[in-house]
Amino acid sequence: MNKDHRTDLSDVLRPKNVGAAMKRTEDPRLLTGFGEYTADRKPDQALHMAFLRSAQSHARIARVDTSAALEAPGVVAVLTAEGIAGDFKPVIPFSRMANYYATPILPLASGKVRHVGEAIAAVIATSRYLAEDALELIEVDYERLQPVAHAEAAVTEDAALLHEEAGTNVLVAREFKQGNVAADLAAAAVRVGGRFEMTRKAALAMEPRSYSAEYDKRRDALTLYTSSNIPGIVRDAISESLSLPGHRLRVVAPDVGGSFGSKGSLYPEELLICIAARKLRRSIKWTADRLEDVSSSSQAFAEIVDAEMGFDEHGIATSLQADVIGDVGAFSIYPWTCGLEPVQVVSFLPGPYKIRSYRGAVRGVATCKPPTGPYRGVGRPISTFVCERLMDMGARALKIDPLEIRRRNLVRAEEFPYRIASGIIWDRTGFIDCLEAAAEAAGYDQLRKQQSEVRKRGRLFGIGIASYAELTGIGSRIAVAPGMPINTGSETAKITIDSTGGITAAFGVASHGQGLETTLAQIIADDLGACFEDIRVIQGDSDEVPMSTGTYASRSAVLGGGAAKHASEILKGKIKRVASHLLEANADDLEVSQGKVAVLGTDRTVSFKQIAKAVYSDMKTLPVDAREELTASYTYDPINGTTAAATHIAAVEVDPATCFVKIHKFVVAEDCGRIINPMIVDGQVHGGVAQGIGAALFEELIYDDDGQLLSASLVDYVIPSAPEVPIMEVVHVESESAVSGGFRGMGEGGTIGAPAAIANAIADALSPLDIDVSVLPMTPERIFRLIQNAKHRAKEKS
Amino acid sequence: MTKISVKVNGKRYDVPDVEPRMLLSDFLRDRLGLTGTHVGCEHGVCGACTVLVNGDSARSCLMLAVQTDGADILTVEGLGSPEELNVLQSQFREHHGLQCGYCTPGMLMTGEDLLRKYPLATDEEIREGLSGNLCRCTGYQNIVAAIRSAAAMRTGKES
Repeated sequence: MNKDHRTDLSDVLRPKNVGAAMKRTEDPRLLTGFGEYTADRKPDQALHMAFLRSAQSHARIARVDTSAALEAPGVVAVLTAEGIAGDFKPVIPFSRMANYYATPILPLASGKVRHVGEAIAAVIATSRYLAEDALELIEVDYERLQPVAHAEAAVTEDAALLHEEAGTNVLVAREFKQGNVAADLAAAAVRVGGRFEMTRKAALAMEPRSYSAEYDKRRDALTLYTSSNIPGIVRDAISESLSLPGHRLRVVAPDVGGSFGSKGSLYPEELLICIAARKLRRSIKWTADRLEDVSSSSQAFAEIVDAEMGFDEHGIATSLQADVIGDVGAFSIYPWTCGLEPVQVVSFLPGPYKIRSYRGAVRGVATCKPPTGPYRGVGRPISTFVCERLMDMGARALKIDPLEIRRRNLVRAEEFPYRIASGIIWDRTGFIDCLEAAAEAAGYDQLRKQQSEVRKRGRLFGIGIASYAELTGIGSRIAVAPGMPINTGSETAKITIDSTGGITAAFGVASHGQGLETTLAQIIADDLGACFEDIRVIQGDSDEVPMSTGTYASRSAVLGGGAAKHASEILKGKIKRVASHLLEANADDLEVSQGKVAVLGTDRTVSFKQIAKAVYSDMKTLPVDAREELTASYTYDPINGTTAAATHIAAVEVDPATCFVKIHKFVVAEDCGRIINPMIVDGQVHGGVAQGIGAALFEELIYDDDGQLLSASLVDYVIPSAPEVPIMEVVHVESESAVSGGFRGMGEGGTIGAPAAIANAIADALSPLDIDVSVLPMTPERIFRLIQNAKHRAKEKS
Repeated sequence: MTKISVKVNGKRYDVPDVEPRMLLSDFLRDRLGLTGTHVGCEHGVCGACTVLVNGDSARSCLMLAVQTDGADILTVEGLGSPEELNVLQSQFREHHGLQCGYCTPGMLMTGEDLLRKYPLATDEEIREGLSGNLCRCTGYQNIVAAIRSAAAMRTGKES
């Protein structure tokens, strides 16, 4: 399916980096233990912080006694909310959304605690061991309040309020409407619907959250090394909170061990460690242990969706309505707000389909759990799960093949740009191409034949399809989170050739596994005409670019890549102007490639090094006004951004004895536009699908009625390991997007499509037993209950 | 405080003042400065902290440093250098068997242990061997490919 876009003759002649499976620049250091993650930092005479976290889910803090802890060996300070009250301004996750209550971000719990794991006090000591020892000496008296453990109970009149001043537990409520849903549903030939749920999930990056606040006494300045994917946002927020300007507060995301969204919000600990370092005038380190990470990092999903879809007799979906209740946890997160995850569910629910009328209502409800926040796919894993289940249910009711019903409803090539019923506009993307490519790669017809064969022998074999679309590389016209005032629409690239000829490209985007050091260098190598290996990419450092937000929402290839292209072009112009002096040739007759400028059709060349020398070091070679500094900075804004899409097909088998699901086949056909590095794209899809498998089959944060987390260890919270993940086949449909470079974002898609495809496959496998799949994950326990219930129903019928 | 003597990556360390409760992972990272060994869960599930102790893979977060007195330890820093990766490291790079790199040292040490001890004739065997190491980025496919390739090179035949 790969199409060759290299129509320009000079493109064909020149070695290309974009499109090639370049080996990653990051790898040699990461493979040898020479990476530097935040916990690897060794600031001089650093202190270590440890947190006393709430054991109660909802309680007033009557008393905190830190006196014994203060006397413990090695302890330098013990901080509580009272002790730091004058040291910061609360950070408010503001939004222009109506019906939204913004809860402030506080470094330590003040007055009451609202979830198990919320930090109440911090011990700062000379070692982590001693800091943790002293935690045990802190006494906290709680006055227990009624737990608010379930979202549906939290909206009832007699529920306790988590934030009394809000007057309600509903922190956000929105509704999207188009057309007359009631009339269209009434007129539908077939109506399908149900109550769907994706339970609470952890992002579970392998590196726990980690911060190192490094204090510079000479100028009362701080450098925060943070395992964050939004170092720019963290810098701006802490700067405001601590009244510390950016030239005295540097925020760096060094090597970061995965995020998947869980390191994509400002955290209370991040704020506190800076407050503490400044207060004590010392460098301080903190790294979460796994229990802390699971019980205090932002969590995912936790939504219940009552949805209904109407079809006409030809299988055309005409109408869709949904009521969503999102269990957003105890706080609104910064900067994305508690609306991020649940509101996206209703924004994206119509998916890639031409559904005429729509009503989607959502409430984000506070409960005594950690906040939900960005997680790979944001809202779309569940919107896709629900929409794709409804598509399959409609297909079944109308006796249309699931592949065929999608053909009839997907937006077709000639219909782009297409505004779906929730208001989102899809630009030209290969929706149908992905569907057909996935079906072909999966051998769909053959799979159906195989299914009918094995079904005769009583085997529970099913095939599931899921198609979805997502917005990626969003520009300034659309806020990444609804009504959020931060500019998420642009990113800057600053490329410099220094006096030695060295090329340094600085970005604010911040890789945490995506390999941006490699892919951004590939783009620059092509557009600047440099050698790939001569380019150093710096990223995730607030000192390098004036403003940045970071890497999230599948934006860095589009925004960072676009900025890289434009900055390269500007710098290439400067290089050519200098070279035209040196080579005594017209700039139009020059070609820049592989770090050299050549006069076309001759063997006369000049290297970047010679050009740099002429500009910076020689006083005679160039006229003064031709000595332009070899640097270019460009801030790119794709305005609207672009769409990405895929179809996932899964073939699964349910073992009726163990109720385990075995995935026999998994195929993804995806359109991420022009591919920068196919090796990295495949890797992103694999990893995303594996997380989607986790969401579909295993992963669940279980909170009991008292708000206690029952699955906080990796023994109880099960993520897929190597034997559970099948071979994944990835097919690329490279339709170029309209943004600079033709790229589309693609880091999240795997996690969006896989849960829905697997859910549909399990439902298909269990359809002989008349079982529907409406809750994920489909753990063996849930499947066992469904089969038992089905057997009872069948018995009662007979 | 206890005195221990260990050999790590071929180099002998005599450390006079090790707290008996100090984890091997903390000892390697904080006392010897070998931060290539990563700590992912501290309860022995994720495998990121895997090292070889006397030739067998072990979770350094589940061992006390004092237990390794007299032992021969191999960590990721002892495999190869950025300039000269060893066979398994180079196959991880070749097959894109790492993304964020956090689980990678543990994967490599487990992989080394598997390569030294088992035939690894099938992907199932490789996957089973890796089942105690969690990766959240790669979906394992390329890690399996890297180990498969290294296993083939071990016997002299390219995969």
